[in-house]
Amino acid sequence: MHELQVATQIIEIVQQEMESRKLAAVSAIGVRVGALSGFNPDALEFSFEAAVADTPLSETRLEIEYIPIRGECRECRHNFESDEMIIACPACGSGQLDISRGDDLEISYIEGG
Amino acid sequence: MSGKIEIKKKVLSENDRIASEIREKLSRNKILTLNLVSSPGSGKTSLLERTLKQLGDKFNMAVIAGDVQTENDAERLARAGGKIVRPLLTGGACHLDARMVNRVLNEIDIDRLDILFIENVGNLVCPAGYDLGEDMKVVLISTTEGDDKPLKYPAMFRRSSVLVVNKIDLLGLSNFDPEKVKKNALAVNPEFIIMDVSCRTHEGLDRWYSWLSGAVNNKREAKMAEPKG
Repeated sequence: MHELQVATQIIEIVQQEMESRKLAAVSAIGVRVGALSGFNPDALEFSFEAAVADTPLSETRLEIEYIPIRGECRECRHNFESDEMIIACPACGSGQLDISRGDDLEISYIEGG
Repeated sequence: MSGKIEIKKKVLSENDRIASEIREKLSRNKILTLNLVSSPGSGKTSLLERTLKQLGDKFNMAVIAGDVQTENDAERLARAGGKIVRPLLTGGACHLDARMVNRVLNEIDIDRLDILFIENVGNLVCPAGYDLGEDMKVVLISTTEGDDKPLKYPAMFRRSSVLVVNKIDLLGLSNFDPEKVKKNALAVNPEFIIMDVSCRTHEGLDRWYSWLSGAVNNKREAKMAEPKG
């Protein structure tokens, strides 16, 4: 359950952004969580709810965008996308894959107001 | 004021910033830095014990031994001849982060060091997300575990550069298939360097020692590749 630490980090970063942008309130925080990030969206949501209690962000929504794994087969150049780890090319069955996306763990936006 | 404001900031950017500082400091001193990760009981401490004993005359090595509780591993490593062994207790946390490592690193004299081993907390999930400033991650799996672990924990196996398959003296006593684990590991990470060893019988450890020596030389000549992930 290391998502709690991540939730705390998100709150800290957003509060810094609020200060530097002189925002009185933030209604939503957009977060991208990649399928390969090692972090679980449900656990993050749960942790966030616990972590925002008694902070100025207690009414803020967490909007999680789950980023699937994306990659390309080295043999047949087929591009694929999946929510789970792919070990063979869906088109030709080759195991030689280049994974290009899915490591994400970032705050993409905040919504003021 | 209302509306979406783009931020695009990595959640772990503070960790990454400290990790970069560590990496810069250690690289300036040409210290090969390895982050050892695995499930509990795969043999991280045993591999380090063997390495400290075998290469103690050849290299100056330091170990930061991470654990949730107890300094047992650090004591074992000191008994194995480790001259610089520092325990790092996380006090419940499931992984090491760069801030913890930096704190301990500041107490170590790194002047004549060749290798720094960071023994992470036994856990294949949480340590994957935290860069510690290492040159690379070395992941261990033992033959008493499932050979599908690379597929179950792709985040960790993808970010590691070396896979050490330990306890090969026990092959045949479980359903562990060494070929299958290699196939699964290479599927997740085609660049893996894979070694079969037994820390108990020493089988295969020569390859580990010579790989390590080569990596130290590469580091001295600053040919080390950028870290993964």
